[in-house]
Amino acid sequence: MADTAAVSHGHGTGTGLSNNKLLMWVFLGSECLLFGGLISTYLIYRSRFGDGPAPGDIFDIPFTSVSSFVLLMSSLTMVLALAALQRGDIRNNRVWLLATALLGSLFIGGQVYEFTTFVREGLGYTTSPFSSAFFTLTGFHGVHVSLGIIMLMSLLISSFRGTLTKERSETVEIIGLYWHFVDVVWIFIFTVIYLVPSPTS
Amino acid sequence: MSTAAEHVDSHEGGHEHPSDAKYIQIAAILAFVTALEVGTYFVSIPGEVLIPLLMVMMVFKFFYVAAWFMHLRFDSPLFTKFFVAGLVLATVVYGIALTVFEFWHKG
Repeated sequence: MADTAAVSHGHGTGTGLSNNKLLMWVFLGSECLLFGGLISTYLIYRSRFGDGPAPGDIFDIPFTSVSSFVLLMSSLTMVLALAALQRGDIRNNRVWLLATALLGSLFIGGQVYEFTTFVREGLGYTTSPFSSAFFTLTGFHGVHVSLGIIMLMSLLISSFRGTLTKERSETVEIIGLYWHFVDVVWIFIFTVIYLVPSPTS
Repeated sequence: MSTAAEHVDSHEGGHEHPSDAKYIQIAAILAFVTALEVGTYFVSIPGEVLIPLLMVMMVFKFFYVAAWFMHLRFDSPLFTKFFVAGLVLATVVYGIALTVFEFWHKG
């Protein structure tokens, strides 16, 4: 058991680094290609809205700005959760993990509200190439955030079972890397899709 | 005057991480830059100035999160290399794709 923990922290591995952490970074590097493809597809199709609503007519920038701020702050709570566990402060670790999951849920709630508003205003998934590209990109991001929330809740359950200890802080660090990546992807999406002036009808 | 050493804590993993106060300071900077980004929506700025301005702020936020919250600033350079490799590959591949689709001409 102690050997497993040592290997996960990078002691006894060929690189001297944690294999689990290295794998997460390789995964995140590959995720750049996934989201790069989705963002590029959106950029190519954003002017092809046909008779449906145009992006410049339908986006609610103040609302999305609040959502973006919420997700950005969830990165702070995530890193505070990790720092607390690394100090052996289990109570604060739980508080910050819960705060991160709640902020993530708030972001997802905002996305569900945005999607339903768009559908009510006539922008369905198959309305136009623009709408398909938009829903695919933001939907994929939403799925990533949702998976992150599930992972955070599983960390909380582990913590209450007493299995998430200071010695296992790397697990929180790895899930934290995933969470911060989801945040940096939204930094791209928010600027490129929402803030850069979009075509209007 | 504070030194860098005052802003870091060490943990069992060996490498040093910033203090909670430093993380809050980083988040405040990120929030301020986000406010500036959103502010551009409410003022009239010509596109040739606005888009580069937004890109600079976006890249600043991206690297700030990666360096401080994802700890690339403190961890092994090998992690940075793997991540940057994916980022550069994506930028080149999709830069070419956008060029093929004449995105830069059409806007």
